[in-house]
Amino acid sequence: MHIDPYILAFSSITVLVTIWMGFRAARQSKTAHDFFVAGRSVSVGWNASAISGEYLSAASFMGIAGMVMSSGYDALWYPVCYACGYLFLLLFIAGPLRRFGAYTIPDFAEGRYDSPIFRKIAVIFVLFIGFFYTMPQMKGAGTTLAYIFPGLPYWAGVVLVGVVITLNVALGGMKGITLVQAFQYWAKMFAISVPVFVLMSVYGHYGKQVASSAPSGSRVQYSATANWGQTATIATDAGRKPLPETAPADGKWLNPFGPLTTKAAKAAAKQGLIVNEKALALLYTYSLIIALVCGTAGLPHILVRFYTNPDGVAAKRTTMWVMILIGVFYMFPPVFGAIGRNLLPELYTGTGAKGTDKIVLELPRILNERYGPLGSILSGITCAGAFAAFMSTFSGLLVSMTGALAHDVYGKMLRPGSTPQARMKAFKFCAVAVGVVAILLGMQVEQFQINFMVGQAFAIAAASYFPLLFMSTWWRGMTMKGAAAGMLGGGLLALAGISLTSFSDLKWIDLGNFWSFHPVLRILCEQPAIWTVPLAIGLMVVVSKVTSREVPSDIRMKMLVLHAPEKLGLKQEYIAQEAH
Amino acid sequence: MQAPAKPDIHSESFLHEMMRRQLRLSIACAATFTIVLLGLPLANYFLPELMAKQVFGFTLTWLFLGIGFFPLVWAIAWVFIRRSIAMEETEVQAVTTVRGSDRAKPESIAAV
Repeated sequence: MHIDPYILAFSSITVLVTIWMGFRAARQSKTAHDFFVAGRSVSVGWNASAISGEYLSAASFMGIAGMVMSSGYDALWYPVCYACGYLFLLLFIAGPLRRFGAYTIPDFAEGRYDSPIFRKIAVIFVLFIGFFYTMPQMKGAGTTLAYIFPGLPYWAGVVLVGVVITLNVALGGMKGITLVQAFQYWAKMFAISVPVFVLMSVYGHYGKQVASSAPSGSRVQYSATANWGQTATIATDAGRKPLPETAPADGKWLNPFGPLTTKAAKAAAKQGLIVNEKALALLYTYSLIIALVCGTAGLPHILVRFYTNPDGVAAKRTTMWVMILIGVFYMFPPVFGAIGRNLLPELYTGTGAKGTDKIVLELPRILNERYGPLGSILSGITCAGAFAAFMSTFSGLLVSMTGALAHDVYGKMLRPGSTPQARMKAFKFCAVAVGVVAILLGMQVEQFQINFMVGQAFAIAAASYFPLLFMSTWWRGMTMKGAAAGMLGGGLLALAGISLTSFSDLKWIDLGNFWSFHPVLRILCEQPAIWTVPLAIGLMVVVSKVTSREVPSDIRMKMLVLHAPEKLGLKQEYIAQEAH
Repeated sequence: MQAPAKPDIHSESFLHEMMRRQLRLSIACAATFTIVLLGLPLANYFLPELMAKQVFGFTLTWLFLGIGFFPLVWAIAWVFIRRSIAMEETEVQAVTTVRGSDRAKPESIAAV
């Protein structure tokens, strides 16, 4: 096994620093909640960096680049929608939720409807969506470790990282400390941008890279310019390496409605069906967009951070900065994908951990040909960034899923009168349980793309949490039963559709033939948002109207708290009333 | 001359008006954004040659989706934040310009 020392060094340092910071902070036990409760305010800059850091998972860091390389233009919807979902959050949900004071969605569910039962339903979804979110992080972990230790099987990487983080969380570390998360953002930003700038200065800028896949008339000649003024052409074929057969053709890669969105249509065409490929691809695209934009608005762990701001105005400004910070970040991964297509097309022939998902790790190494260890150093930096990404996201998810399980299921349902020591034990036990399940699931998903899996998580959130938050905030006619019906209906159906397509792709069930003959069904199952989101909203409206007598009696006060400016003190009034 | 009536913050009309204003602003911003977001795939579908025109090496549609979309989102967010903060200030002022015990008592809520 030839292990590159720079890569190993940078990665190890990142892992150790992250764990060390987590334990130090655990001893001081300053979580986001603690900052708020202590009355101290975290500045907009710190908070924005922290939210951005928490937001950028393995999907953002590795997955987007991998998908742009494998699928081209269509993959660009992912980063745009990841950023834009935040806008929907800002426009419709952030302000009211902050005023209401709910830290998590289960908190909101219970508070808005005065219903502990509904809280439990919301907790179930925290777990579902959480697991779908942990799987791509595990893929990122397995891929990264397989890259650093060539020859290490994918599953071993998953197990190793999974065990380390699970133990860390169980032993009390890795809480969502503002400082740590803020640092993580800048580390990831550095790790994604510096290699891009170096690669672009050597091999040509972003536009040139994309243009290599343009029709030959407009292809740009390549030349590599070293810093010392020497020029040399890299290869003969317009400056890029030849594409293997498994790679998508230029036209398909560069233009809309490419491999990502036309899978089902192509399978149908192979069976002889007459299909309008582009129209089906358009359907897929719209369903994907809805899933990603609405799903962002329902991410469980993001909302907590709004409360570390002293007031609503600061919270809004923080959100603005978050959008800038993550928007700037998201311009970079596609560049990796574009350069990778031209200069490292071998990855097209790999599958799973050896496929395009590792382009961010592997690509900087090509600089070694010309500039000695610079390539390894930059590759080590991107590996460090990848570790930062999936470690922090996985641990954040583990903490919130364990918290929900331990607090709600154990603390409230099974043993309501338990002592703090018992609860601690329950927390540790749950952390291990959740971690083990996440590891086992992560081991199964090597063949799926990181980014794709995150999109699935978003699709479920889009059909469950988003309608819940949106309708609960803006329509006073909602009842608990209506909200539950919509959330369960939309969420479970989305989950069912996604599972069907994933299981059949894993060959656990044999539906390949069926999908070929029913491309529209395939698209609607793989990307269910376009029908499950309206369905969830519709169910919410209908069932709420039917049970309209169960609208909470203090609904006007609740809506006031959600919408009136904080300065009017309605929240304090509300709390005082609740106490009676 | 009667002083202008101060809004009763616990009244139905206050809540209704406030939510209507807020929703209108949010929907206006969301609509701007959504039209562009959902319009781009349509443009890709109906105007493929135009969207494939090369600009700095990119295709027009790649340049927009890969880079240009973000500043648009930032601009919309900026406008929304400024307007919603201003709206809140106005609401607070309208209610608190006269100090005193004009705030309705909790009993009125039971009449909902």
